[in-house]
Amino acid sequence: MNFLQTLFVRVIYAIILLLAVLVLNFSMMHLAPGDVADTIAQANGGADAEVLEAIRAEYGLDQPFLVQLGRYIGNVLQLNLGYSFYYREPVTELILQRLPATLLLVFSAQILALIVGVLLGVISAQKPNGLTSHFVTFIALFGYSAPVFWTGILLLIGFSLQFQWFPVAGMRDVTIEGGFWIKAWDVLVHLILPMITLASVFLALYSRLTRATMLEQLRTDYVRTAYAKGMPHRTVVYQHALKNALSPVITLAGLQFSAVISGAVLVEAVFSWPGLGTLAFTSILARDTPTILGILFFSALVVIVGNLLTDLAQKLVDPRIGGKG
Amino acid sequence: MRHIFKGLMTATALASMVATAAHADEPKKGGTLVTVLGSNVRNLNSAVQSGIVTGFPGAQLFASPLRYDENWDPQPYLAETWETSEDGLTVTLNLVKNAKFHDGTPLTSEDVAFSVEVIKANHPFKSMFAPVESVETPDAHTAVLKLSKPHPALMLAMSGQLMSIIPKHIYGDGEITDVKAHPRNNENVVGSGPFKLVEFKNGEHVILERFDDFFIDGRPYLDKIVMRIITDPAARAIAYENGELHMGAFESLPRIINRLKGVDSLTVTADGYGAIGPLDWLAMNTTKGPLADVRVRKAIAYAVDKNFIHKALMQGTASDSTTGIHPDSPFYAAQDGYDLDLEKSAALLDEAGFPVKDGSRMSLTIDFGWPGVKPQVEYVKAALKKVNIDVEVISSADFPTWAKKMGTGDFDMSWDTVFNWGDPVIGVHRTYDSSNIQKGVWSNTQGYSNARVDELMAMAAVETDDAKRKALYAEFQAIIADEVPVYHTNTLPYHTVYNTEKVGNPPIGIWGTSTPIDMTYLK
Repeated sequence: MNFLQTLFVRVIYAIILLLAVLVLNFSMMHLAPGDVADTIAQANGGADAEVLEAIRAEYGLDQPFLVQLGRYIGNVLQLNLGYSFYYREPVTELILQRLPATLLLVFSAQILALIVGVLLGVISAQKPNGLTSHFVTFIALFGYSAPVFWTGILLLIGFSLQFQWFPVAGMRDVTIEGGFWIKAWDVLVHLILPMITLASVFLALYSRLTRATMLEQLRTDYVRTAYAKGMPHRTVVYQHALKNALSPVITLAGLQFSAVISGAVLVEAVFSWPGLGTLAFTSILARDTPTILGILFFSALVVIVGNLLTDLAQKLVDPRIGGKG
Repeated sequence: MRHIFKGLMTATALASMVATAAHADEPKKGGTLVTVLGSNVRNLNSAVQSGIVTGFPGAQLFASPLRYDENWDPQPYLAETWETSEDGLTVTLNLVKNAKFHDGTPLTSEDVAFSVEVIKANHPFKSMFAPVESVETPDAHTAVLKLSKPHPALMLAMSGQLMSIIPKHIYGDGEITDVKAHPRNNENVVGSGPFKLVEFKNGEHVILERFDDFFIDGRPYLDKIVMRIITDPAARAIAYENGELHMGAFESLPRIINRLKGVDSLTVTADGYGAIGPLDWLAMNTTKGPLADVRVRKAIAYAVDKNFIHKALMQGTASDSTTGIHPDSPFYAAQDGYDLDLEKSAALLDEAGFPVKDGSRMSLTIDFGWPGVKPQVEYVKAALKKVNIDVEVISSADFPTWAKKMGTGDFDMSWDTVFNWGDPVIGVHRTYDSSNIQKGVWSNTQGYSNARVDELMAMAAVETDDAKRKALYAEFQAIIADEVPVYHTNTLPYHTVYNTEKVGNPPIGIWGTSTPIDMTYLK
């Protein structure tokens, strides 16, 4: 019952949050000068004045702000995110087409960052002043401070051009024929560079935090007791200390989830990964209000779900954490 | 063997066909060409959507009445012959008899009449078909365009991506103005061009395959075209270099062009963009402040060193441009440029009543609408400092912000890029016509007004004699170069990149890739 109650409260909060996201962003976008008619003219290589006016009338951009806002929110309440001005497709459809690619990238990068980050953290915690530890710190800080688009291009030059191991862009090679496994392999090959690029940023956070919490755990009484019992080093580190050190890392991973999604925008742009990030990027440049708001709506949803999953993961790792969320 | 074009053929057409045949290798059939689009496609239906990204797939899916060779001579395409009446008010198109749409329906003059109606109602370039009053269809293979006044610009407007013939039986099911939002614009598209649509996934790719019933026998040569959508120029460059892309067009970053020129496997060429006609220039708002004085605008032109722009900023990739018409156009009449002359510049400014006071003559602003031209505006700022003009650089957050400022005349100077789009009537007049002042982006944003210029453009628009038309445009160009509403600096260096070993006969006519590539093949 307790859990259901929390869930209910969370859903209410989520709805309020989603509406706030939409109203706020709608208003901000309206404040900016110019509109989608200009970008449609740009895509057309120019347009005559009457065409520009016709576009504005067609999309209701000539209406007062409150009328536009009211109309939009009214539609959203009926679960209708509207039509993209730019692509003339239903926004929901546009987003659902792109969502799987983004989820694949974001989750795989997040998991990779977590696994590698935690491993590096554990290794460096065991000899905090050793050479390995400094090396890990260096790698982590490098990944954290380098802009993702730069890391991306660097990886491309290294592994698509010098060593032609990975493809440059996209998510699949459409010229490849074959069954499910061949296509899955193809997607995997395309995924590796963008995944590493995105993971490189968060790896730093996770490895630093793991290192810190591990150092703390390794100093505790129960660890000393375990060693005193004659338990092997590996078991102590990986089964006892790590389990306790992991909880803050998972909390951080949950908090970072929204950052991973926004990081994906740039990574997708560099690798032409056909996900929400590329769509967001082009829609913002095109001032395609319904699409941008739709993406924000879905991103907020993904973050909310991501946070819920984090809580569940917390429970798995540390049973002491109850359903209080 | 059936002849490709029955009926009449002009001597020039024959000559150029022989010429093309002579220097080309024997084309091979088959294969998949992997090429690229630099941004997302809004709409594949080029009858209602313009722009270079739609142009490439659009010109493969839909055929137009004419095509142009690299010498700017019209060639038969859907129209095997065509004639303009003595008074210039009737243009008759005799269509090929064997043209079919991808669904097997024959293409008739009805489709031509319908397409003209759709383009008139939906295409962003109203000037293309504005004088066309009606299209008569005396028989299935004759379309007669009735004009309210002679309209020589129609010829180029019937080629490339500008006049896509779309099937009436598919797009004619609703209101004419609804065609721009027709569901078949992006899905299950049916045209009569050399390739038909297999799959369009926005953000990923457009896949086309050979249309076996294409009306030109034996063409196209390619079996399939994969157009990948890669928006990042650096990623595209790597993909050309490692062989993932066979060909691409509209690459415009000097650094990347020069890098790719150094790659052995690639050919990088600026040929083939004359009709697209992209020009970079420094726009000056003639409606207010010091820039309303022609002497100030000239002084600015004398102070901005074109040479520097060409050598340092464009790194030798762009051509010189001195008027509003692209240098590759037959109507181009080169004008004396404003060679760097700081003394003359200072003298003009003194004469205009702007002496140096406390180290400064005046303060102006300069805008720009996209990050790529920031070096240009920073350079203008530095250059004008030398003649004591203070310039503040205003960077707009995004394109619409800039477009709004330009379209409403809220600027002093701005860097701008504008395309010719074939005939001057379509893409050149809009910048200088006093009836088109500040009506949105890429109108006459400078607020330039000169009665003689208006008159010359009006005369040239209806002049059917080619030589006389050229003379009118020559005078027009001399005046605008002299009065500098915009200071013309260079062409936008669009380049086509292709793998020399693999791609035969790439499209380097006048329309870039906004042209059917039925003659392109893989070696």
